[in-house]
Amino acid sequence: MNLNILWFILIGVLFVGYFFLEGFDYGVGMIYQFLGHSDTERRVALNAIGPTWGANEVWLITAGGAIFAAFPQWYASLFSGFYLALVLMLLGLIARGVALEYRSRHDKPGWRRVWDWALTIGSFIPALLWGVAVANLVRGVPINGQMNFTGNLLTLLNPYALWSGLTMVIIFIAHGAYFLNMKTGGMMSYRAKQLVKPMGYIGTFMVLVLLVWSSTLNDLRLGAVPAAVGLIALILIASAVLAEGRNRARTAFFMHGIGIASLTVSFFVALFPRVMISSLNPHWSLTIYNAASNEYTLHVMTIVALTMVPIVLAYQIWTYWIFRRRVGTKTPMEY
Amino acid sequence: MSQLGLARLQFGITTIYHFFFAPVTIGMAVLLAILESMYVATGNEEYKALTKFWGKLFLINFTVGVVTGILQEFQFGLDWANYSRFVGDIFGAPLAIEALAAFFLESTFIGIWQFGWEQVSKKVHLIAIWMVALGTTLSGFWILTANSFMQEPVGYMLVHGKAEMNSFGDLLTNPQLWVEFPHTITAAYLTASVFMLAISAYQILHKRNPELFKKTFKLAAVAVLITGVAVAAIGDQQATHLVTAQPMKMAAAEAIWHNTSDHAPWTVIGVVDSKTHQIKDAVQVPDMLSILAYKRLSGSLQGINTLQAQDVSKYGAGNYVPPVAPTFYAFRVMILMGVLMVLAGLWATIRIKGEKFLKNPRMLKLLIWTLPMPYIANAAGWIMTEVGRQPWVVYGLLSTAKGVSPAQTVPALDIWTSLVLFSAIYTALAVAAVFLFKKYTDLGATPARAPVEGEGDGYLHVI
Ligand code: HDD
Ligand code: HEM
Ligand code: HEM
Repeated sequence: MNLNILWFILIGVLFVGYFFLEGFDYGVGMIYQFLGHSDTERRVALNAIGPTWGANEVWLITAGGAIFAAFPQWYASLFSGFYLALVLMLLGLIARGVALEYRSRHDKPGWRRVWDWALTIGSFIPALLWGVAVANLVRGVPINGQMNFTGNLLTLLNPYALWSGLTMVIIFIAHGAYFLNMKTGGMMSYRAKQLVKPMGYIGTFMVLVLLVWSSTLNDLRLGAVPAAVGLIALILIASAVLAEGRNRARTAFFMHGIGIASLTVSFFVALFPRVMISSLNPHWSLTIYNAASNEYTLHVMTIVALTMVPIVLAYQIWTYWIFRRRVGTKTPMEY
Repeated sequence: MSQLGLARLQFGITTIYHFFFAPVTIGMAVLLAILESMYVATGNEEYKALTKFWGKLFLINFTVGVVTGILQEFQFGLDWANYSRFVGDIFGAPLAIEALAAFFLESTFIGIWQFGWEQVSKKVHLIAIWMVALGTTLSGFWILTANSFMQEPVGYMLVHGKAEMNSFGDLLTNPQLWVEFPHTITAAYLTASVFMLAISAYQILHKRNPELFKKTFKLAAVAVLITGVAVAAIGDQQATHLVTAQPMKMAAAEAIWHNTSDHAPWTVIGVVDSKTHQIKDAVQVPDMLSILAYKRLSGSLQGINTLQAQDVSKYGAGNYVPPVAPTFYAFRVMILMGVLMVLAGLWATIRIKGEKFLKNPRMLKLLIWTLPMPYIANAAGWIMTEVGRQPWVVYGLLSTAKGVSPAQTVPALDIWTSLVLFSAIYTALAVAAVFLFKKYTDLGATPARAPVEGEGDGYLHVI
């Protein structure tokens, strides 16, 4: 295995971590104000993600940095190409991050309402747009011989990508519901459980359609491996609902999470060895070779990544362990 | 405005905005760590109350720093795609390392610190804030490694019209980095110290628990003095380095078009006239520029016109002169602010003995006015550094005009849209942040527990 492949895998891992971890944060953000009928209940939901959402988001930032370092051409083409979509996503992320911290710092109902909606919409937009973005990566977008994107925002909003975006929204909502069911107590946990079943089934259906639809796209139908991984994702997402039915909140959450991870992997496998597919001419696609940094940079970055990633994982897992207990109205947690 | 102009405006606004918040985070993390260490060492509850008070302001600030930082991470791809293609090989590395080595650290441990008061032991809690302090300073180091490369490219080779890294060690030992990093980091410590001093003065003036806030007043006074002197001293080193590293920037910062005499005077202030190549109504100190530049009484500096001719023979026809007036004024604003802050720190430190400051409302009122100074100085510093480097985005290698995203992919209208949207949300954030700063300042440091609406369960409280 060469370093280009290694970095493709590493970036895949970063996205898996991001979707797994921020997936439930986005989900919680989208549903907590509807599940929480009193202010205290809403706060319980936010305390469940409070200590860890910031570090979860760094998975995205690291993915961005890693793309820049290892595949600068990909970084340049992707973010200049998906310009307005990215701007919208950033606006969502900004609104959401501030809402999480500022919402409870003032107790006027109007203030809380504004931030509640900032958090809900700010969680919805990135979920939707990541679905749209990933779909467009595998579907192919107009990229010219100079690696520049020649379409516009509407190019990205095709039915397939929108379906993918909505799928992402639904499975993140489900992920958030599994999480709240596992992590909180009282009414919050109960109502989250009520939500799991419908969302789980709708999510399963949407993923199924997404996978079938993907298999009809250009050369993706040839991919037996992505199809297999996608199938695993489907099975996990479907059976998580059943586990939940048997009151195995933790098992259900992890099954669903691994389902999301598998889905992410299946898209990365389908892409490989390309990182962005050109719909104009297959030769203009960006690959892990023509988009990459030189050997030397990849070498340096590999050393850094292989030393840092285990350390980061260790202390991140440790934080989850510190905050492992269920969060209820009696949990002493300031904010 | 042209697509390039918009992209520059966009970058300048969003980056300066980010840098209103980042330095307070960097410096306040250290000050908090000191306060909490005192609490753990002495067991004195007053230090805990103070840690919590400053901690609130810290968190309000930190949040905006984080969300504006996310934008920064992607902004090189948005508007500066050609730049990213050109330097990505080198520039992406410190950015990725920053995320891996610094952002994970600070964001993980800030979570433990913020929510963990009653969940982890005192010691672990203390370690958490020191980790945050380490993380924020490291993050400054890595991003400045990236920025230093743009000021002084090292450790690269040109391959097929792209800069590729050939020595990571050179990037880390870049002489520019070792003046820029100390200067910016001490400036960040100064920023937070002034923040603490001014707000402590405000609390004492308004009789909000003066017995408590006199502690942070003293801490901050000494910190302002020490870091203020350090910033100025390192800044002076930086100027010396600039004379050889980027002589054009130096000439612009001094607004000298013609080579100076051997005993170059330093212009304290004057009106720059870029048309006639003169400074009008200049107030000058004889020999001072030679001293600043060379640390001796004589030595001439090359003027803009000479350097322009040199650059033309080196890089081909073109205009290599940065906007002179902004560079010149920004430099002076920064220095003036620095001097004022050092004086404020000195004055406050002298008055610590016998706690004379407690009974001096005039002094306290004046000290409150230092609050905007570090912000102005930081912005001025970056304007000087970045504007003075023009027309280059990577000095001597890539012009700013060539770094921008292709207009076909990113038309001016798109940049307009994002500029308007980001400005709007940033304005809203500023209003919310200032509102909360004020609110929590006024709440003071005596643990004020306002229960949330609904059940008075006594635990889920806003502090
Ligand atoms: C010398 C310091 C310094 C400078 C020059 C910059 N930043 Fe910054 N940045 C910080 C110091 C900092 C910090 C102190 O570490 C912050 C501020 C508040 C915070 O939470 O962390 C931060 C946050 C922050 C974050 C969010 C991290 C998180 O989620 O925890 C990102 C992605 C960036 N920055 C990226 C950038 C980029 C791409 C910059 C260059 C254009 C940049 N910053 C300039
Ligand atoms: C917090 C740190 C920084 C601040 C406060 C800052 C500030 C500024 C300012 C004020 C401008 C506007 C100059 C002008 O338009 O004439 C600018 C431009 C720019 N800076 Fe920086 N900068 C910072 C870090 C960086 C870094 C790390 C990069 C790395 C790429 C960078 C790249 C640029 C680019 C590409 C431009 C646009 C071209 C230009 O107009 O100069 N800056 N920056
Ligand atoms: C008091 C005397 C000061 C001197 C002589 C001084 C000198 C300098 C010089 C020469 C530069 C440009 C470096 C370059 O372009 O490579 C610079 C940049 C800068 N200064 Fe200062 N400075 C002083 C005070 C301050 C203060 C008080 C602050 C903020 C609190 C500050 C913040 C900055 C920042 C943020 C930059 C941009 C980053 C960098 O290039 O280091 N400076 N300073």
